[in-house]
Amino acid sequence: MKLNKSIKEKDSIFKNWLIIIAVILFIILPFIINTYWVDVLFFFGVYALLGLSLNIVLGEVGLFDLGHMGFMAIGAYATAILNTTFGIPIIILLPISALAAGAFAWLVCSPIIHLRGDYLCIVTIGMGEIVRLTLNNNPFGITGGPNGVFGIDFPSLGSIFVIDNSTKFYYYIWLIVGLTIFGLVNLQRSRIGRAWNCIREDEVAAESTGIDVRSYKLLAFVLGAGLAGVAGNIYATKLMMVSPESFNFMESCMLFCIVLIGGMGSIPGVLIGAAAISLFPEFFRTFAQYRMLIFGAAMIVMMIFRPGGIWPRKRGAVKFESLLMKAGEENG
Amino acid sequence: MKIILEQLLNGLTIGSFYALIALGYSMVYGVMKLINFAHGDLFALGSYLGYTLLVFGSTYATVTFGIWGGMIAAMLIAAIGIGIAGTLIERIAYRPIYSVGRLPAVVSALGASIVIQNGIMVVWGPRPQAYPANVVPSTVLNVAGMRITLMQVIILLISFMLMGLLYYIIQKTTFGAAIRACALDRDTAALMGINIETIIFFIFALGPALGGMSGVMVGMYYRKISFIMGWNYGLKAFTATILGGIGNIPGAMLGGLLLGVLEMLGSTYLSTAYKDVFVFLVLILVLIFRPRGLLGEKVAEKV
Repeated sequence: MKLNKSIKEKDSIFKNWLIIIAVILFIILPFIINTYWVDVLFFFGVYALLGLSLNIVLGEVGLFDLGHMGFMAIGAYATAILNTTFGIPIIILLPISALAAGAFAWLVCSPIIHLRGDYLCIVTIGMGEIVRLTLNNNPFGITGGPNGVFGIDFPSLGSIFVIDNSTKFYYYIWLIVGLTIFGLVNLQRSRIGRAWNCIREDEVAAESTGIDVRSYKLLAFVLGAGLAGVAGNIYATKLMMVSPESFNFMESCMLFCIVLIGGMGSIPGVLIGAAAISLFPEFFRTFAQYRMLIFGAAMIVMMIFRPGGIWPRKRGAVKFESLLMKAGEENG
Repeated sequence: MKIILEQLLNGLTIGSFYALIALGYSMVYGVMKLINFAHGDLFALGSYLGYTLLVFGSTYATVTFGIWGGMIAAMLIAAIGIGIAGTLIERIAYRPIYSVGRLPAVVSALGASIVIQNGIMVVWGPRPQAYPANVVPSTVLNVAGMRITLMQVIILLISFMLMGLLYYIIQKTTFGAAIRACALDRDTAALMGINIETIIFFIFALGPALGGMSGVMVGMYYRKISFIMGWNYGLKAFTATILGGIGNIPGAMLGGLLLGVLEMLGSTYLSTAYKDVFVFLVLILVLIFRPRGLLGEKVAEKV
């Protein structure tokens, strides 16, 4: 048992070093590269946050959600309208936009949560499209129609600390992504995470072991939507404007691809998937109009050679190790 | 009353486009349990293929086969071309990953969709193209006070003929029985001596061929085509498929026609801007009360 323990410790130290190196690299990166690439990395962060939020719904619970951009739109528009019309500071709107998106998810998902697989998929598509079309049609004159809402403030703490340039935004988004990852890793190992995975593997079995499938599914949608709302808030403040076309069906599909390319339910996988989706088109700018052609072909090739994703989640391994640890502790 | 009837007819015309595309989704889903996201873009490719044929080849065809020859030749060649494209996509993008489950195929399908869409953009250019105006004479028929264009009559005739033909193939022939058997249980069907590979080949040729023909008809009806229209029509047709019950051939036809009629009535009586919102709301309401679509059968849960 002692042998097992030492192997595990070694492994975790090695992993910790990798994480520390990655974090240091991310902190010093803005001083090396130019502003354009800092912005590219900022949008990588936004996609990472969105990927993580969809990963809760799609990766952990296995619910097909192809309208996830709708939740982000709710968060972004809540921020935009409340800030430009009522002058509420952005930093207060960060949790408010998360709440708005979460409440919206709870409202629209409650009646449809019993639908299975592809039927749920088309309903979420419909939901996302309804949100986009409604925003586009300027209901009550508050969303500004196709032009969107302009003049959103920068996030600030009082008047001293204002996030107003690319580098600050870069640190801001990655701080939030880091906090989210910390929370999600803990959530994965909690009772809730295990219940989610159980539902994904076999819904009927999960229900028969006493898991409240309906509530857990709704919880996943609400949490995922709330995170997407946070992403929407940051996105809106960075661009200082929002417009409905940013939240179209194509973008929802790209989020779906982030989770699947990275590996379902795997947090490092989602980061890699987000990097692939957001950085790949940038690297291939030299190919001009053939860029997206190559991108699509790469998606096909990727799935042929790594159908489980680039960094699939190792299931079972964690459970087994923790069992050994427990046994080791009991044995002294 | 007159307006209602005219709008119903307009709705049926649009609905028959959706129905023809929806059939492709439904057949592929029935046998493969796969949502072919590239199907909408195959439809757009069919439209562009028809455009090129009508612009460059129609004078020759018209001289050889008479006034309808150009149109029919363009539709047939587009159907064959898109059928080949469909089977090619199945070979390249889907076949290598059938064995690993359904989700990787979704990404692969989206990849194929992006490739086709951008392929069209590279070949034909990013600007919308205009179909030639004189493919069908712009005659307006007057039936009991209603204004019906000759174009609508032709489109409805062709689509209902195609749908009838497909219905006959699927429901009445031995080959159709084999397709239905595959949809029910692929492994058992294979044990009974049905060649699954042949079935899949025909599914991926037949569905996109219908979509391609629909593409040519959309081009003739609206006269303006763009390389991104595949997503829009694909999404609507997919909605129609689910509305009728996915994997169900009559369901796809009913769903498509119903969707077209709903869209037209919604834009006449509610608001043009909210017609798509109306369509999706109806879909969600139908699914809340009938979770497997209008004609879908209730399936017992397998443990």
